[in-house]
Amino acid sequence: MSRFAFALGAILVGAAALAAALPGIAQSERVVRITAKKYEFDPPKVTLKRGEPVVLELTTLDRVHGFKLPAFGVRADVAPGEVARVRITPDAAGKFDFLCDSFCGSGHEDMDGEIVVE
Amino acid sequence: MPYHVDRRDFMKLAGIGGAVFASGLGLPKAAGAAVQQDFFFVQLSDTHWGFAGAPNPEAANTLKRAVAAANALARQPDFIVFTGDLTHTTDDAQERRRRMAEFRDIVSALKVKDVRYIPGEHDASLDRGAAYQEFFGKPNYTFDHKGIHFIALDNVSDPGALIGESQLAWLSADLAQLKRDQPIVVLTHRPLFDLQPDWDWATRDGAKAVELLTPFANVTVFYGHIHQEHHHMTGRIPHHAATSLIFPLPAPGSQPKRAPLAWDPAAPFKGLGFREVAARTSGPALGIEELPLNKG
Repeated sequence: MSRFAFALGAILVGAAALAAALPGIAQSERVVRITAKKYEFDPPKVTLKRGEPVVLELTTLDRVHGFKLPAFGVRADVAPGEVARVRITPDAAGKFDFLCDSFCGSGHEDMDGEIVVE
Repeated sequence: MPYHVDRRDFMKLAGIGGAVFASGLGLPKAAGAAVQQDFFFVQLSDTHWGFAGAPNPEAANTLKRAVAAANALARQPDFIVFTGDLTHTTDDAQERRRRMAEFRDIVSALKVKDVRYIPGEHDASLDRGAAYQEFFGKPNYTFDHKGIHFIALDNVSDPGALIGESQLAWLSADLAQLKRDQPIVVLTHRPLFDLQPDWDWATRDGAKAVELLTPFANVTVFYGHIHQEHHHMTGRIPHHAATSLIFPLPAPGSQPKRAPLAWDPAAPFKGLGFREVAARTSGPALGIEELPLNKG
């Protein structure tokens, strides 16, 4: 086993252990972290694979925001000091907008992002 | 359901002319008998006092122009209602109150002194309505006028666009006192139905309010928020969105973003205006007419 393969294996094992330690997250689910702050999501664009179960982990750096992904029928409140989780499994390729649906100030209407399913 | 009204009768009632009467609005029929006397009221919406930006280079004058246009009506309405976003939002609580004070001062020039308000998210969502209530009172209330029961619903003081279980219980208790054929007008800011959820044009628990209202035969909803005239039916309940008095927004889903439509220097105030609502003792209970501000 090469050193690279060993290191990669260690990382994967570590990631799996981390996932197992998070409540409600299956080892087979990919975790994508999205950070909210006035008035943007970081990253603003998330690329997913069709058929792959994903947990979106949402945190905020300032105030309460909302995360709404209308095409998937999911939303969550994103409160300071907490981690909100949204579970999706995209079943079709395409581009899907998400947005903040908890009014957060003068830039609220522009606080959105996009999920691309390949 | 097609809606027809004799435009001349309406003009005689309202004392206005020059605008095309809207039709096909699905307004309730045959509720006029419950209306005690012909009257009309005016709906103004989304004035966003304090806004500054390219979508309206005349923002400092638009509200005053609207007040002047309402005062210029040949016959004055029984009352005027502002359906939210009186002010443009700010994170600064002191500035928020300054804008509300200025708004209140400007609209005090209205000839009509019976003025009703409801909040929009720009007024109330950042402090759960604290400043708004200092200036304009309770965000949800009812009143009766010449046979029509008016209900002001607050779907913005919760920043998550919720009416909330407490207010829904209040609504249910109020409706329980009414006959099923009572003419009811609901005034609110956001649409109570999912007009365009990916543009945040919805009320998260609006369907619960619609469900409570559905047993009643003569309900009409007037709202703002989307900065354009829009008409929609949920079952037999018509919902009518009003134009804005700051900048128009695109038709639902007509473009990728809900960005304001550009100001047209060749047609200042295009897309802005207000609405008259006539209540009548015979035929359909309500008729509406849109009044563009650039003709005021």
